[in-house]
Amino acid sequence: MGMTMTQKILAAHAGVESVRAGDLIEAKLDIVLGNDVTTPVAIDVFEKAGFTRVFDREKIVITLDHYTPCKDIKSAQLCARARNFAVAQEIRHFYDVGTVGIEHALLPEQGIVGPGDCIIGADSHTCTYGALGAFSTGVGSTDMAAGMASGENWFKVPSAIKVTLTGKLQPYVSGKDVILHLIGLIGVDGALYKSLEFTGPGVAALSMDDRFTISNMAIEAGGKNGIFPVDEKTLEYIRGRFNRPYTVYEADPDAEYEREVVIDLNTLKPTVALPHLPSNTKTVDEAAGIPINQVVIGSCTNGRISDLRVAAEIIRGRRVADGVRCIVIPATQEVYLQCVEEGLVRTFIEAGCAVSTPTCGPCLGGHMGCMAEGERAVATTNRNFVGRMGHVKSEVILASPAVAAASAVRGCVASPESL
Amino acid sequence: MATGKVFKYGDNVDTDVIIPARYLNAPDPAELAKHCMEDIDTAYVKRVRPGDIMVGGANFGCGSSREHAPIAIRASGASCVIAASFARIFYRNAINIGFPILECPEAAAAINDGDTVSVDFDTGVITDETTGQTFRASALPPFIGRIVENGGLLPYLKSKLDKEAE
Repeated sequence: MGMTMTQKILAAHAGVESVRAGDLIEAKLDIVLGNDVTTPVAIDVFEKAGFTRVFDREKIVITLDHYTPCKDIKSAQLCARARNFAVAQEIRHFYDVGTVGIEHALLPEQGIVGPGDCIIGADSHTCTYGALGAFSTGVGSTDMAAGMASGENWFKVPSAIKVTLTGKLQPYVSGKDVILHLIGLIGVDGALYKSLEFTGPGVAALSMDDRFTISNMAIEAGGKNGIFPVDEKTLEYIRGRFNRPYTVYEADPDAEYEREVVIDLNTLKPTVALPHLPSNTKTVDEAAGIPINQVVIGSCTNGRISDLRVAAEIIRGRRVADGVRCIVIPATQEVYLQCVEEGLVRTFIEAGCAVSTPTCGPCLGGHMGCMAEGERAVATTNRNFVGRMGHVKSEVILASPAVAAASAVRGCVASPESL
Repeated sequence: MATGKVFKYGDNVDTDVIIPARYLNAPDPAELAKHCMEDIDTAYVKRVRPGDIMVGGANFGCGSSREHAPIAIRASGASCVIAASFARIFYRNAINIGFPILECPEAAAAINDGDTVSVDFDTGVITDETTGQTFRASALPPFIGRIVENGGLLPYLKSKLDKEAE
């Protein structure tokens, strides 16, 4: 029987000819990732078990991105713990304030991850790198510790959902709308324990940034990973960034899928997810007019340069509505610098936005934009759970950068076309 | 074997309500336990007693990868979680730290908040002593059982690597 792309990568890393859905395997890891929230817990576990050296200092990535620049003494202590470990272990890919970006924008940009890799990260959005044709999944701190110690971890081989994309996105419709639409269709546990295998003629027309956004939110459907085939755009993206040898895997024609979902990109509308689940989706027109207090444009989902270009295009020459705070967070230093050089920072500031150094900050209610009781945000982030961005009685509406920018200008949920 | 009172919650209990991100800057288990579930049930930490049992619906533990979530539940005193299904990272994390979780849709549906329930971890038999109903949770696959028997993933890995080195 044939294998999916995910299954082929797992088989290769487990050193076996083939695997089937449900098999429990131990696979070799190409990259093990952690951040300032999860790494300190992993270090505790690593040291308590009696390990002293990481398996390979080149294959571990530590990014201090969640609470940085440190918001308080407790987070400074956490960062110090991770920093001391990274220095002592001579971790090659260690990113601190000044070089750090939001991990899932940073690793592809820096060429640390590439096609065919098997990657774990102690952050749920590690599934982002599926956009590059890698198997990549989020795990906890103990898993990270195991990966750091041995370069291996255990996996249950996932069954798969085939997501066939056809057609081409309309203006102001993006990868965010594709993934929100899909989560709305299948639910927050629609892909539980499964891989989402994106395929079809519509893939070619999607930019890499759109693919990163789509893979990034596979977890929001419960998915283990979300993977794209490798094509010309992938190879163009990794050229000059990614220097390791790599393997391009393709699904077998007779690979088995539990279910197929077909999405016609032509017909997709800008989509939002209302509180308090990412599956609570509506078209932007159905949700238009809901008043807001805050807009956040950024995150591992939508803080890349094309996201900020679209937002700036909409905001240029306009003003953020009275009573709305608009926070723009380029995901990495490279993206930030591009925003400066292309004049996007000027556009945002002239419109009345706050532009921040890279941080996960407000997405998880960490800092840089927590909300008070009764407040509501439109955010390009990935979760709208109860209390996610601050007070337990605050609300988050998930949207694309285009919708977020239009909403900032209008002071309520708004379609870019309504401006 | 564990016996305790049930704290029952619904579907899609996410890790942001199990332990909100604003408390992740202090990952000490006792600190985390003080805030467990507070965004959906402020009474939980005041009422929970050692051995009590948390019951959830589908997709329990969805969202963030924070291992702080099963750590907080265990440190709050709960002996285990029974749910219709678990989000996969929460499932891994619980196994990896050796915290018992039981997947049993029938039990998750039938058990009421406040019931007294006992769980036999060896057999997977769940008894609702208030209603007299019994259920059987799906058994752990042998490989995962070995991780739990070793007390978690790292002790398992250490013993495996030590054996290979011999």
